[in-house]
Amino acid sequence: MVQSSVTAPAQPASLYDDSAVRLFAIAAIVWGVVGMLVGVFIAAELAWPDISFGIPWLSYGRIRPLHTNAVIFAFGGCALMATSYYVVQRTCQVRLFSRALSLLHFWGYQAVIVLAAITLPLGITRGKEYAELEWPIALLLTVVWVIYAIVFFGTIGIRKVRHIYVANWFYGAFIIAVALLHVVNAASIPVSMWKSYSVYSGAQDAMVQWWYGHNAVGFFLTAGFLGMMYYFIPKQAERPIYSYRLSIVHFWALIFTYMWAGPHHLHYTALPDWVQSLGMVFSLVLLAPSWGGMINGIMTLSGAWHKLRDDPILKFLIVSLSFYGMATFEGPMMAIKTVNSLSHYTDWGIAHVHSGALGWVGLISMGSLYYLIPRMFGQTQMYSVKAISLHFWIATVGIVLYIASMWIAGVMEGLMWRAINTDGTLTYSFVETVKATYPFYVVRLGGGLLYLGGMLVMAWNVFKTATNGRYAPVRIPLAAAYA
Amino acid sequence: MDSLYLLIPFSALVVLALVAVFGWALFGGQFDDLEREGERILASDAPAIDSDQQAQTAAAEECPGAP
Repeated sequence: MVQSSVTAPAQPASLYDDSAVRLFAIAAIVWGVVGMLVGVFIAAELAWPDISFGIPWLSYGRIRPLHTNAVIFAFGGCALMATSYYVVQRTCQVRLFSRALSLLHFWGYQAVIVLAAITLPLGITRGKEYAELEWPIALLLTVVWVIYAIVFFGTIGIRKVRHIYVANWFYGAFIIAVALLHVVNAASIPVSMWKSYSVYSGAQDAMVQWWYGHNAVGFFLTAGFLGMMYYFIPKQAERPIYSYRLSIVHFWALIFTYMWAGPHHLHYTALPDWVQSLGMVFSLVLLAPSWGGMINGIMTLSGAWHKLRDDPILKFLIVSLSFYGMATFEGPMMAIKTVNSLSHYTDWGIAHVHSGALGWVGLISMGSLYYLIPRMFGQTQMYSVKAISLHFWIATVGIVLYIASMWIAGVMEGLMWRAINTDGTLTYSFVETVKATYPFYVVRLGGGLLYLGGMLVMAWNVFKTATNGRYAPVRIPLAAAYA
Repeated sequence: MDSLYLLIPFSALVVLALVAVFGWALFGGQFDDLEREGERILASDAPAIDSDQQAQTAAAEECPGAP
């Protein structure tokens, strides 16, 4: 037995430091509910624009960045930070590098989130998608991120296992790349406390913005969550990853190619043609490592498929990978200029983003948190396993309604916008295409409500698990450490 | 398109840095025994203990014959 070789009494140094893990995990649940609630509200605004009652703080243009920031950076970010601090300790078999810094990271990051929730409805924004926060908050985020990097890489530095597990490579790439992207794209000249202008202008600014924007998708929403995938799928399935060798290839292939795909967001703009083509080609290349990783994760269950029938957490984890596969097939297809001329600026983009966000990022986070949270409160499973199953089915039906309705709306919009009469005039006015999307916007709202409902079931389940359990430190297994 | 003069050299530098890190990993022995590394994470779980159980656990370990 590994445990029996532990000879010293349990001193703090021989226990994992899970305070920040626990806090980030709870924060992820809270921000998940908030962010998805805001999402449901703006979905309703698109169907019935009058429901903001003319209140400027609730207008779509101000609340939509609140939704994206809340679900990506607050929900997704906290889930990444909770799991990365959990995984890096378990795979390195060592305590966090610094408890104080990890807690400073937590409270600093929550401060950034709260400031975002205040400033965005007030209309204080840099106007760059997914990089809206004004310069004082962006500076605070930079400091908090450096603290995160110190704790994470410090922990890797003092590891007791020589090999760095592949999940840590993905988390590490996420931390470094997001720091680089943030610093380059946030470069601004402040003109007052709450207003600044980008140092880049016009098409230059657009290129920098989408270099940032696409790599944020690649390194925040993909690499980070792949770190989750490579730890929690093997743990929950109790089987090693299908091919560890392939996971290494997946990592290096992904990070070498991702940096060059950003121009596909700017097809048919003032950007030089060759840059657009470069972005398109690299986007197509990305299909290979993405699918390699997806197959690697799913095939981990090879020979044990029955586990998928009985275990709702595995359902979350494996179905999230199938959405990852769908989104990473759809993305390169949409990056082809011919397809893009139909899909760009339509709701097809919204469908694509949400198949990645609800399907991949959401489900992998929820599955990982269902594994992690009971262990943070001295238990081995959630308060209600049936509620996990219920959450899975509600969320999956919600995603299908959401994506299917937006696909139909998107293709319809694309076709209506390009329809031309025999005399060369446009067949439809723009407002006619807006009117035609109404039924699909209502269906999308229904899908969003289901997804939010699933998140509420999770919040209840987490609350019951936390209040029924109690804080239980976990010992570091010393014997295996030097193997 | 002046911003390309920033982004392309910057991305190229990132690639060079990645090559260096990959070289460190390759020649530093990170990839020496890959199949075993994939299985290691499954074997390293210790049970959770309550803080008031720590004293008992420590005491039990000092007397190997105790249940």
